[in-house]
Amino acid sequence: MPADVMSFDWFALAPELTLLTTALVVLLVELFLAQRHKQFVNPIAALGVLVSLGWVVALAVDGTRRTSFGQMFVVDNYALLFKVFFLGTALFVLFLSYRYFAEIRTYQGEYYFLLLSAFTGMLLMPSARDLVMIFLALELVSVPGFVMAGLRKFDLRSNEGALKFFLIGVLSVAVLLFGLSVVYGFTGTTDLAGVGAALAESEREPLLLGSILFVIVGFGFKISAVPFHFWAPDTYEGSPIPVTAFLSVASKAAGFAGLLQVCFVAFEPVADVYAPVLGVIAVLTMTLGNLTALQQRNIVRLFAYSSVAHAGYMLVPFALVRPGDVELNSAFFSAVLVYLLAYSVMNIGAFAVVTAMARQQPDRLISGYAGLGQRAPGLAIGLSLFLLSLGGVLPIVVGFWAKLYVLQATIIEPTAGAIALAAAVVVNSVIGAFYYLRLLRITWFDPPTLTDEIRPGFALNVAVAFLAAVVLAVGVYPQAFAGFAELSTLATATP
Amino acid sequence: MWENAALTITVFLPLAGAGVISLIPKAREEQARTVALLVSVLAFALSLAILGSYYLGGNSPAPGELSFEVNTEWIPAIGANFHLGIDGISLPLFVLSYLLTFLCAVYAFHHIEDPGKPKAFLALMLMLQTGMAGTFIAFDLILFFIFWELVLVPMYFLIGIWGGERREYAAIKFFLYTLFGSVFMLVAFLALYFRSGVGTFDIQELTALGAAGEFRGTFGLLAFGGIALSFAIKAPMWPFHTWLPDAHTEAPTIGSVLLAGILLKMGTYGFVRIALPILPEAAAAYAPIIAVLAVIAILYGALCCLAQTDLKRLIAFSSVGHMGFVMLGIATLTPIGINAAIFGMVAHGIITGMLFFIVGSVKDRYHTRAIAEIGGGMNQVLPRMSGLMMFVGIASLGLPGLAGFWGEMFALLAAFNPAPVLQEAGYLPLYRTLMVLGAVGTLMTAGYFLYMFQRVNQGVAPQRWRDAGLGDVSVIEWGTWLPLLILIPVLGFLPFLVTGITDAPVTELFNRVFG
Repeated sequence: MPADVMSFDWFALAPELTLLTTALVVLLVELFLAQRHKQFVNPIAALGVLVSLGWVVALAVDGTRRTSFGQMFVVDNYALLFKVFFLGTALFVLFLSYRYFAEIRTYQGEYYFLLLSAFTGMLLMPSARDLVMIFLALELVSVPGFVMAGLRKFDLRSNEGALKFFLIGVLSVAVLLFGLSVVYGFTGTTDLAGVGAALAESEREPLLLGSILFVIVGFGFKISAVPFHFWAPDTYEGSPIPVTAFLSVASKAAGFAGLLQVCFVAFEPVADVYAPVLGVIAVLTMTLGNLTALQQRNIVRLFAYSSVAHAGYMLVPFALVRPGDVELNSAFFSAVLVYLLAYSVMNIGAFAVVTAMARQQPDRLISGYAGLGQRAPGLAIGLSLFLLSLGGVLPIVVGFWAKLYVLQATIIEPTAGAIALAAAVVVNSVIGAFYYLRLLRITWFDPPTLTDEIRPGFALNVAVAFLAAVVLAVGVYPQAFAGFAELSTLATATP
Repeated sequence: MWENAALTITVFLPLAGAGVISLIPKAREEQARTVALLVSVLAFALSLAILGSYYLGGNSPAPGELSFEVNTEWIPAIGANFHLGIDGISLPLFVLSYLLTFLCAVYAFHHIEDPGKPKAFLALMLMLQTGMAGTFIAFDLILFFIFWELVLVPMYFLIGIWGGERREYAAIKFFLYTLFGSVFMLVAFLALYFRSGVGTFDIQELTALGAAGEFRGTFGLLAFGGIALSFAIKAPMWPFHTWLPDAHTEAPTIGSVLLAGILLKMGTYGFVRIALPILPEAAAAYAPIIAVLAVIAILYGALCCLAQTDLKRLIAFSSVGHMGFVMLGIATLTPIGINAAIFGMVAHGIITGMLFFIVGSVKDRYHTRAIAEIGGGMNQVLPRMSGLMMFVGIASLGLPGLAGFWGEMFALLAAFNPAPVLQEAGYLPLYRTLMVLGAVGTLMTAGYFLYMFQRVNQGVAPQRWRDAGLGDVSVIEWGTWLPLLILIPVLGFLPFLVTGITDAPVTELFNRVFG
């Protein structure tokens, strides 16, 4: 371990510190606000996010690779990309939250504090280049999540969901930590690149390989991969909808960021061991997710299972990683990145529509979307775009290009396993299209059962319109993705 | 300038028109019909200008080259280019798509099915036009795929909102079937991209590589399987046809016309443009299977037609048979067979499109499509409509002198003498048997059409229809149909109007690829 562990680069840490400060300010300010003004902590939180975003932009303009705490905390292009993305997600989750929490009138200060703390953890995640740091970041994301999921205290399903989330979460963290400790014992370092170098030279002890799988299982919980997905539908259903959006997008993305760092840097030399395991998990995840989603009548559960399925697609490139083949690995790496970005845009969009609908329709049944095309054409067009994009079959929406990147990754060097993965993705796309299409059909073809007007409010309208525009714009001009692909410096930069 | 921009403008004009229509305020919704007509007339005129300059203006390219070519970088990250161009294989179908859309826009003045909403209907129709036309002129696989998929969504909504009683079932079935095929096609396209070694999606470059024997062996067979599955579903080839009767029967009239007239041809065009030239060796391996399936489709389609009680469903099944002849022509891998196939596509587009127009109008008047309820005697109730129906029906069964004849005739002729590659492999007896069976199929086609005439047009009309005071062919209907009615005998007598365009590029392509 280098000696300068205690040297801080304050500039590099500025985004995280800003967010942390805002979280504390929000918690304090809420105490002194009158009951009917409590929702004004939301704009304060948004302001903090914007300032933090400003720091990230400044870091990007500055452009140098910065480190803190020795090599534990690194700011490079990869980290900055994820930070911009997380902060953008934070803004949209705040947009979704404003009216929702103003109306249910509970624990607003606490909620925004927890939300911002979780996002602080997310900002740490892509910068973490050390097993301990990754673990800390992961915990910082998870623990506020347990509480936020249970914020609807008056609802039994919320209690159940939060408890499940907590128990399975703690279990998997224990597994992860155990795996990390064994890896440290074998390699003698917690630095990711150092672990990679040590693994490349060490003998392949069964215990070591087993502990690597433990680590991956730990992440499997975070990204709700089968068979660690059981918490997801219940927790998603019970949580306040903005929290569901947070869990299904931001928290999952943080898990993927960690998994990317671990799989592509630290464990890259033993990729031939974990890749087949992840391949099986990927196929199981997408298939089970899609098949279960087919049978859902509750819209939140439908999106919960669909998000499980999408985690399966994102795992496909992990299953193709080869030890030592830098060029191929960076192609796989960017496939994951692209899919993650696209998925987030379309999934937050879908949850924005669900939040808008939830005011009039607390049971959240899919049948309540009948005739949305006549009741609120704007929302319906937005929802249709998000659904087509999640289906990933129509080339004018962003989801198609994301799926194309994943398919492309499987075809570059077609081995038998890769072809099987491609076939699984293809078949699953069709299954997925079926339930997205069914929702589309209900939205447009069925006669409305309710007639009252839907008023999503300004913040939600802006969120839906903006995200729909992004889905369409990138769909028509996918070259915008190419920039991200080139940012995949993580896989190539490290030895 | 015109040279470079012609295709881009012509293809995207309808899409822009759809955008304009969607901006019309709800209170003045009826004006959508006028706007749609103007846009489609303009687009049709542009396509005619392209046809004219191809014919007369010396713009017909040397064999193996394209005119009006545009080729610019589009998504460098994945190596996709914006490559449009036109040659003799594309041109007839390209122009036909504009003609039919234009006629549909005229017909929309006469009738749009419930729930009306001309604005949404016509915007979707114009969107569909861009997808259809683009498919025929795209020379980059990704671009091709985009136009191909662009067709799905508007057609899904046309069937699902304006369709008959089982519209939702039919719409979803149509969508999922096509989707299922196209994802496999996409994977095969990606595989070609990486296998090509130079990383290209360009159809011409891939054709050159394919002719040089780049995609041989198992890889070729797998890739061809993926691509052919998608095209076979779209065409549709037996046994992948089951979406078609439902979609056709439930679709609104304009939807059926465009579905039969153009959408089906996208599948067969794909065979001619992509599957065969890029993967010639695999094509030769698959050709006997395709030929057998094609002949099954001919016979099966005819038998199904005999059993139908619904007029529209009957016409839908007749499409299965006719596309069987087209596929048979393609499966011979000879220039004659391919020419016959393209001619068959154009003729089927005109004739079956016209039949669906007539059936739609008949349903308008009788408010039923059930043959038993119409009960015969249309000659007495609607003499002009009935006459037109019989005329087009006879064209469809392939009477010499009308457009339906040449495609079937030359497809059978080509099956007598398939490509050398197939003869060497010992498939000559198979193809000759298939030819005989196909010829039996033409007889059966005549049989079911005559049987239909007997049950619908001839005989004594039930009293209630005679008292109903049904109106015969209206002015708008005449206006819509006249161009098609004229084309039927014109192409019947002057087949070289189409083959004159197609022959040179087809012969060049197939001599180059199948040497």
